[in-house]
Amino acid sequence: MKCLVEVSNLFMRYHSLNGETDALVNVNFSVKKGEFFSIVGPSGCGKSTLLSLIAGLIIPSSGQVLIDGKPVLGTSEKVGYMLQKDYLFEWRNIFQNVLLGLEIRKKITEENKNYVLNLLDMYGLAEFKDKYPSQLSGGMRQRAALIRTLASKPEILLLDEAFSALDYQTRLSVADDIYSIIKRENKTAILVTHDIAESISLSDRVMVLSKRPGSVKSIHNIALSVDKKSTLSSREAPEFREYFNKIWKELDVYV
Amino acid sequence: MFNIKEPVVSGEHKEYLRKIKIRKLSILLTQIALLVLFFILWEVTARYKIIDPFITSQPSRIIRTLSNLYQEGHLFKHIGVTCGETVVGFLLGTLLGTIIAVILWWSDFLSKVMEPYLVVLNSLPKIALGPVFIVWIGAGPAAIIVIAMSISIVVTILEVLNGFLGVDKDKVKLVKTFGASKLQVLLKVILPSSMPVIVNALKVNVGLSWVGVIVGEFLVSRAGIGYLIVYGGQVFQLDLVMASVLILSLAAALMYQVVAYVERLIVKIK
Repeated sequence: MKCLVEVSNLFMRYHSLNGETDALVNVNFSVKKGEFFSIVGPSGCGKSTLLSLIAGLIIPSSGQVLIDGKPVLGTSEKVGYMLQKDYLFEWRNIFQNVLLGLEIRKKITEENKNYVLNLLDMYGLAEFKDKYPSQLSGGMRQRAALIRTLASKPEILLLDEAFSALDYQTRLSVADDIYSIIKRENKTAILVTHDIAESISLSDRVMVLSKRPGSVKSIHNIALSVDKKSTLSSREAPEFREYFNKIWKELDVYV
Repeated sequence: MFNIKEPVVSGEHKEYLRKIKIRKLSILLTQIALLVLFFILWEVTARYKIIDPFITSQPSRIIRTLSNLYQEGHLFKHIGVTCGETVVGFLLGTLLGTIIAVILWWSDFLSKVMEPYLVVLNSLPKIALGPVFIVWIGAGPAAIIVIAMSISIVVTILEVLNGFLGVDKDKVKLVKTFGASKLQVLLKVILPSSMPVIVNALKVNVGLSWVGVIVGEFLVSRAGIGYLIVYGGQVFQLDLVMASVLILSLAAALMYQVVAYVERLIVKIK
């Protein structure tokens, strides 16, 4: 199967007055179409930098990221980015918020509007489209943020600790919610997280990054014997603990 | 989805609400009583010559002065002139200050270059430039407006620029992931996020603008409440001075309320 995202020999170095810091050293991996791929690593290992590179927000010091075989030189419509918080703008209602991406790309057409209305309808936000973000619950806000990302029809979704701002219970159900939407829309997803359980329960593959400077330590194929994958059912699978222990050891977290 | 049910209020809660209401009312009544008491005391002590009404004036004489001014048809002319200058002053100060803040936000280099100049201008008492503006622009309302504006503009630049720079970096990142240009970042994120800061600057500038206008009218001495005050002082007519100060405080309070109302409107939209 063809790879949608290919990262090859990626190096990233930051410069500041205090000197230079290597954030990523020789990172290589690829993500297949339709795959749910997770990246875990200790804090400060360059996980978010990696996502920014894939999104084309920053340019690597050397090496390259290929999407659909073409090198990433700037932001592209093929990539949607989801941040830690929903960052819905309080001065816009939900409909105006989810249209933000299309508005910036100057692609507000009847067709696209209808597509967004459909998404809102399908994911239970239609009746809230004229409400303001503060009137929505945390889960609904995250869903609205996902629809905002989906509105520009990206092929790849980058989730940058996308659930970490929520409390634990909301987080589980939102992760489940977002996971099923991504699967239903048949998107490729790359999730960055520091939550090992979350990465195992959602992903097809989990990549472990080493401490700074970040490099690929290992990539695990996750095969769980569950009928229907969800954040909770995955945790019931007998293999879950094995993966968890393996990844935990590789992260070697010292307090 | 949101059913508004008639809330069930317990007797205890009713008692609580009643207590709060009484407290609010008693605060208001005390405030009014204090004011009335002050004026009565002023009037009585002046009438029995305990204080000298020639230098302290007294409420009854103030009212007489006001009605004279009104009958001569001057009262509202002076109030209008001063209020007009103040409004134009703080609107221009806020608008130009915000525009300059946008330019400095746009160019980090320029912003760093301007920094020491802004710091010096900010600490300089702008009133000192009053005579300069009058010589350059001429002794009229234009010079007064420029004096008023000069007081508020530097503070506005610094405040609003600070607001711009304080906007959540991730909000900017969000629109950048959609490929936003710098202009789009400004229009879609920075300006709308900073609306509360700009409106707050507007509120502060109302007060500053009054200072500028009154000092400007002292210097130009043609018309307005500031002119009445300085004229009254020069001819030793304290009734006129006190009457003008009274009008001034009423007008200033009223204008502040209007701006506060506008602020609430904008915050509500948000």
